[in-house]
Amino acid sequence: MSIKKEILTGLLLDEETTLSLGELSRACTVHAEWIIELVDEGILEPAGEDVTHWRFSGPSLQRARTAMRLQQDLEINLAGAALVLDLLEEIETLRTRLQVLDQE
Amino acid sequence: MEYKDYYKIMGVKKEATQDEIKRAYRKLARKYHPDVSKEENTEEKFKQVGEAYEVLKDPEKRAAYNQLGANWKAGQEFKPPPDWDAGFEFSGGGFTGGDASAYSDFFESLFGQDFSQAQSSQAPFHAHGEDHHAKISIDLDDAYNGAARTITLQTPKLDAKGHMTTHERTLNVRIPKGVKSGQRIRLAGQGSPGFGKGDAGDLYLQIEIKPHPFYRVEGQDIYLDLPVAPWEAALGAKVKAPTPVGVVDLKIPAGSVSGHKLRLKGRGIPGKPPGDLYVILHIALPPADDEQAKALYHQMEQALAFNPRAGLGV
Repeated sequence: MSIKKEILTGLLLDEETTLSLGELSRACTVHAEWIIELVDEGILEPAGEDVTHWRFSGPSLQRARTAMRLQQDLEINLAGAALVLDLLEEIETLRTRLQVLDQE
Repeated sequence: MEYKDYYKIMGVKKEATQDEIKRAYRKLARKYHPDVSKEENTEEKFKQVGEAYEVLKDPEKRAAYNQLGANWKAGQEFKPPPDWDAGFEFSGGGFTGGDASAYSDFFESLFGQDFSQAQSSQAPFHAHGEDHHAKISIDLDDAYNGAARTITLQTPKLDAKGHMTTHERTLNVRIPKGVKSGQRIRLAGQGSPGFGKGDAGDLYLQIEIKPHPFYRVEGQDIYLDLPVAPWEAALGAKVKAPTPVGVVDLKIPAGSVSGHKLRLKGRGIPGKPPGDLYVILHIALPPADDEQAKALYHQMEQALAFNPRAGLGV
């Protein structure tokens, strides 16, 4: 292609990026009520005192989407999804540690 | 179009009960779920299993599918016989929303008609474009300095006649400084286009930092094994050490031992706060491959009362 393309800048979903309840719901294409259920279950831990001031960290988006897929695809309830998410995270941490150790 | 043997995909017999099919599905779904499984090509397998289950779990669809006959083999060129579904009432409702668009042509040709009818009576906002996911490998340097990357994606697109075609799309994406392995970048609206008034899906890029020959990355911290000479470790020294942003002078404290960790604060992957760089000392022994070196080792042996195994009680 001869046309010089513009460089797209995305949103890096790191700890410093925060999303409001509305932004998170839209990104997951779910109702806000469902996100609130995730908070009630402890799957997501927003900063801020009440619902209108909630700020979710960047990685929350991935957690919410994974929870959504687990619920849809495997018919896991939210308590089960919370457990799966925590275990997946732990496995990920252990894998990274193992990689570092393997190279030593 | 290829015939798909849904029974084979599910690993069940043709006579399997609905309960057996459900159990087989649950088991395979857990095995191949892309969020849980670390196996290769899970997404493809998971879709196939989902498609097979979509048909076999619904007694109406299953009966219609069975009636295609037992002579078809998986992968065989397939064309639905005319009026193949005559006498079958599809009550619809067996479809799980927009996911059906991801099923195979084979599925579409058998059950696609039913889908579009069922869909048209539903609220149009369901037609949110599909989100896309891609992995992107970057060098450690890119995490320190940021970079721009060109990626190529296969995107489905509706042509003027409403047929689904795929086309290739290249995007230039900025990799921000300070990204860590596993983090995701969201590009809103860069997924599949929506249907009707639906918004386009989003594109998620998962960052992966390629392994480096001598740096190891853990989160935003970097580990480096640094060889030092025995006298540098014993007497202390100022040595040069590489870091991803350039060579630094490093002070080795006297009396250092192998495995000693030196922290260079803030020299890891940039961020707020930045990560640290850990230098792990490894004492490298000079080879005793000539007379002079051998003599020096002998001299140490005689002059030093050194038992490296004292801690083991021997």
